[in-house]
Amino acid sequence: MDIWYLLNILMLACFVGYFSIKEVTPALHSPLMSVSNAISGIVILGALITLKSDFGVVDTLCSYLACFFAAVNIFGGFAVSQRMLEMFKTGKRK
Amino acid sequence: MINFFVNTSYLIASTCMILAIKMLATPQTARRGNLVGIMGMFWAIVAALVSLKLDNYWLPIAVILSGAVVGVFMALRVQITALPQMIAILNGLGGLAAVFIAISEVLSKSQNDVSNIMSLIIGGITFSGSIIAFGKLNFPRWSKSISFAHQNLVNLLLSLVVLGFAFGYVLQDHVEAFYALALMAMVMGILLILPVGGADIPVIIAFLNACSGWAGVCVGLSLQSPVLIVIGTIVGTGGSFLAYTMTRALNRSLLNILIGGMAAPNSAKNADEPKIANVGSPADAAFLMENAGKIIIVPGFGMAAAHAQHALKNMADVLRNKYQVDVKFAIHPVAGRMPGHMNVLLAEANVDYGDVFELDDINGEFQDTDVAYVIGANDITNPQAKTNPNSPIYGMPILDVAKAKTVFFVKRSLGTGYSNVENPLFFASNTFMLYGDAAHITEEIVKYLEA
Repeated sequence: MDIWYLLNILMLACFVGYFSIKEVTPALHSPLMSVSNAISGIVILGALITLKSDFGVVDTLCSYLACFFAAVNIFGGFAVSQRMLEMFKTGKRK
Repeated sequence: MINFFVNTSYLIASTCMILAIKMLATPQTARRGNLVGIMGMFWAIVAALVSLKLDNYWLPIAVILSGAVVGVFMALRVQITALPQMIAILNGLGGLAAVFIAISEVLSKSQNDVSNIMSLIIGGITFSGSIIAFGKLNFPRWSKSISFAHQNLVNLLLSLVVLGFAFGYVLQDHVEAFYALALMAMVMGILLILPVGGADIPVIIAFLNACSGWAGVCVGLSLQSPVLIVIGTIVGTGGSFLAYTMTRALNRSLLNILIGGMAAPNSAKNADEPKIANVGSPADAAFLMENAGKIIIVPGFGMAAAHAQHALKNMADVLRNKYQVDVKFAIHPVAGRMPGHMNVLLAEANVDYGDVFELDDINGEFQDTDVAYVIGANDITNPQAKTNPNSPIYGMPILDVAKAKTVFFVKRSLGTGYSNVENPLFFASNTFMLYGDAAHITEEIVKYLEA
């Protein structure tokens, strides 16, 4: 894919990110960060793609390590977000 | 056919994850948002596995599952007060994953060298920086700003060497240069975060969060994967936005925070007029609170350190139910050790989030407040930020607790805050200091209130 094509995607995603995150209430900034952690675990796709090529032990090992750490991020991030969000009970008074 | 399935799944996955962030906007939808995010991630992983067309799926699945076990175990075991440490670790692992992907890419001779080098450098800085941030959060002794002579010069030289090596790698294609680059990036990360002081950590946590996202973007550029670019960018802009909000709440720049510490405060303390702070007792506090119409509680890092949130919730309940007092919580954006830290702790203690207010929403209310109960916070209430242009914290938005009729400060001692700036509020005639452990003092007050 043309690099300019990818950079255009990047630019558009910047705006999507900015406008969606601006809306997040400050009270939820901690869960926002842990959800971000979880979804940044999407690099696991990169790790899996590099699995396909096999150029020696170091290459494979690196791919699997990346896979493992990204998985920790994904599951840890989502689980801890869920745990935090469970604590925010819906407001009764307001 | 498989291609169609994989690409559609990626599209669905990025949609789900954008929706997940969007649904975090309010607590009502946030939990569902998290589930939508999980669904999106599940699709993405399944699609990626399918696209590999491997003969044997056991190993990758086993690796992912073992990561899952470790992650979920960490998430369920971590203490709510240790959440900032957990976030720091997760930021770091995101960076580390990017580093390993970059190395694997280099070994398999991919073409996109520049973005790959970028993901190596950013990933390395994120990893080592997060480890230092974790240390600063976990071990109080590390939390002071640590710096040495000519640190900025060393940093500058190191960045130049890193740039040199990066170009050298592009030109020469030495794998060894690439490993050296990874090591140097990690040293850079360490040097970058060491000078940061404890109270600036919220900015750094958000900054490293952003870095882990940008590292993902670089991986995406080098692998030409739009999903990685989109999601990485969203994490990157999110972290950057949070870091920016935090720096604004401190009235400082990111550069200033990374260089470290505060400008040395003008030590010309008026030694000629010894100041005396009023010392109150829990009984006094309880008496004034019983007869108050409106109380605002201002929590800071001290509340987290003393695990005082449950006692506070208890106090607020007794005041409301027994004495019909209007009790509210006021939260400064940089209170605590990560963005939203105080909100999570109060939520843990079952404080209704409708009772918790942000700086701009509540600051006008202090003037008709009878009692402000400041628990483990200092700089974020210091009027010098408004009145003294020479103060290092001048210009930082503060909570106007000084306008309340009576102010109680719960502190361990009459020390200056992190910024080392004296708080004139301690010596005001309507301020009373309650010395001691935040949780213990609050429990004492509850005892008097219930009596």
